[in-house]
Amino acid sequence: MSAAAPPVAPPVTKNASPGASAAAHQAAAKRRRRRNLLVGWSFILPNFLGFAALTLVPVIGALAMAFTQWDSYSTPKWVGLDNFQRLWNDSNFWAALQNTFYYAAGHIPLTLGVSLGLAVLLNQKLRGVHVLRTAFFFPYITSLVAVAVVWNMLLSPDSGPVNQFLSFLGVDHPPGWTSSRDWAMPALIIASVWRDMGYYMVLFLAGLQTVPAELYEAARMDGAGPWQRFWHVTLPGLRPTTFFVTVMITVSSFKVFDLVQVMTEGGPGRSTLVLSQLIFREGITQGRFGYASAVSLALFLICLVITVIQFQMQRRSER
Amino acid sequence: MSTTVVRKVTGQIVLYVLLAAVAVAVLLPFIWMLISSVKDDRDVFTVPVQWIPEEFKWENFSSIWTRVPFAAYLGNSFFLSVVITFLQVLTGSFAAYGFAKMRFPGRDLLFTGYIATIAVPWQAYMVPQYVIMQKLGLVNSYTSLILLQAFGAFGVFLMRQFYLTIPVEISEAARLDGLTEYGIWARIVLPLSKPALASLALLTFVNTWNDYMGPFIYLTDNRLWTVQLGLRAFIGQYDAESAMIMTGSVLSVVPVLAVFLLGQRYFVEGIATTGVKG
Repeated sequence: MSAAAPPVAPPVTKNASPGASAAAHQAAAKRRRRRNLLVGWSFILPNFLGFAALTLVPVIGALAMAFTQWDSYSTPKWVGLDNFQRLWNDSNFWAALQNTFYYAAGHIPLTLGVSLGLAVLLNQKLRGVHVLRTAFFFPYITSLVAVAVVWNMLLSPDSGPVNQFLSFLGVDHPPGWTSSRDWAMPALIIASVWRDMGYYMVLFLAGLQTVPAELYEAARMDGAGPWQRFWHVTLPGLRPTTFFVTVMITVSSFKVFDLVQVMTEGGPGRSTLVLSQLIFREGITQGRFGYASAVSLALFLICLVITVIQFQMQRRSER
Repeated sequence: MSTTVVRKVTGQIVLYVLLAAVAVAVLLPFIWMLISSVKDDRDVFTVPVQWIPEEFKWENFSSIWTRVPFAAYLGNSFFLSVVITFLQVLTGSFAAYGFAKMRFPGRDLLFTGYIATIAVPWQAYMVPQYVIMQKLGLVNSYTSLILLQAFGAFGVFLMRQFYLTIPVEISEAARLDGLTEYGIWARIVLPLSKPALASLALLTFVNTWNDYMGPFIYLTDNRLWTVQLGLRAFIGQYDAESAMIMTGSVLSVVPVLAVFLLGQRYFVEGIATTGVKG
């Protein structure tokens, strides 16, 4: 603050008649509202123009394009539900759908569990706890290609360190990881959990700060051990955070692309092909805009339905 | 009395050992990457793993620059990240003022639109975006990537969250002092929101630097490639040169690591207050 402004209203002229003053007041208010509208919009406009042209219009465009036949060289033609019929009969779509759910089924619970566990451990008052928090956050800021490269090498079937370790533990036939149809998806899930856990750990740590310390004290007085305190104090106190984090992890796992593209490119075969890759292949590589938009719509609907279900469950549990 | 002390101390020791073990496990891939980057290609996959190389090949770090245009890739990534971060912070904080501190009809509806698109996965509208860019002739140029990422709803959302915590009285007082709304934004709100600006800048920089899909879709010309694309292509070409690939990976991480270590406080703050990914 530059100057100490008086918090009192400016003096009002007393000699005008009440009616005139009310009219003047109204006109002034109207002027202020109009000014506010112009100034308010002027603040938003630079961002809004870009946002409207490159986010809002494409979002609406994706909805419309799903009902057209449109290739990069032709003009769009309205075809109703044709694209969806094709989708229904496209085995790639079903494979991608299945793989996306498989990925989500592994990624969501593991990331939730690991990041919550880390947050609880690192919420202790310990020397050097900040260093550890930073260490766990490291993977998240690492460039994705580097993550993919390192994990591909770590999981290398013949002589990768992970399989060497498994052999050392007595595993006779360690998995082939990304070169095997059965193990490629687990490999992706491992790498993705490793990458994301630090990010969600930060969210959980922020949530843990909101759990009142008195509750822990009271539980301790009642003779509750660490596990009981976790179940009866920490988890209920974290409920809003857990809900938020779950929604975020869920949406992020249904749109997974980068890691899959770099680690396995959807293979071997199509064992790790996911929905967003199918959109990319159909829409951008093949230039089938209409069909790709139908897949996009499917992806969007899945995210929407799951989010709505999660919100409903949250509301019910609050009651 | 003494048994509780003993139990407490043992508990602490167990916790430390546990945490240390988990930390090592988490950092092991990094350590392995660093060590492999100064190995000979043959020594990357030895059985058992050599945690300390027989000889350190520091020359990996000097020869990579001549094998691939790595310096150019780093420069490209840096340019894109800086421009996008600057625009995102500028337009985001400006728009956030309108949403947080001004009252006018249509404001809340518009903001709901912003929020709603944050929840729509980008993959669901990347094809129409691509079509727009194609029609504008901007595919294979930085302009496309800059336009796509500079006006994100995320920056607006993050900055608005912060502005809402600035007391209304401050801007009221400034208004009585005769400052215009633009003046209030530039001279009062911006200086007050340095931590939030730093969070947004750091998150945007790191996200842009690490972005793979955007450049992958839009940049076909090798000269325009970012570090991520360059590294990916390098892996394809020099499949057998595992050590050199690790060298490249290390180099792709170093700049972002420096940024992270400089501003990690703001990082954590930004994520903790919004939780939304850019």
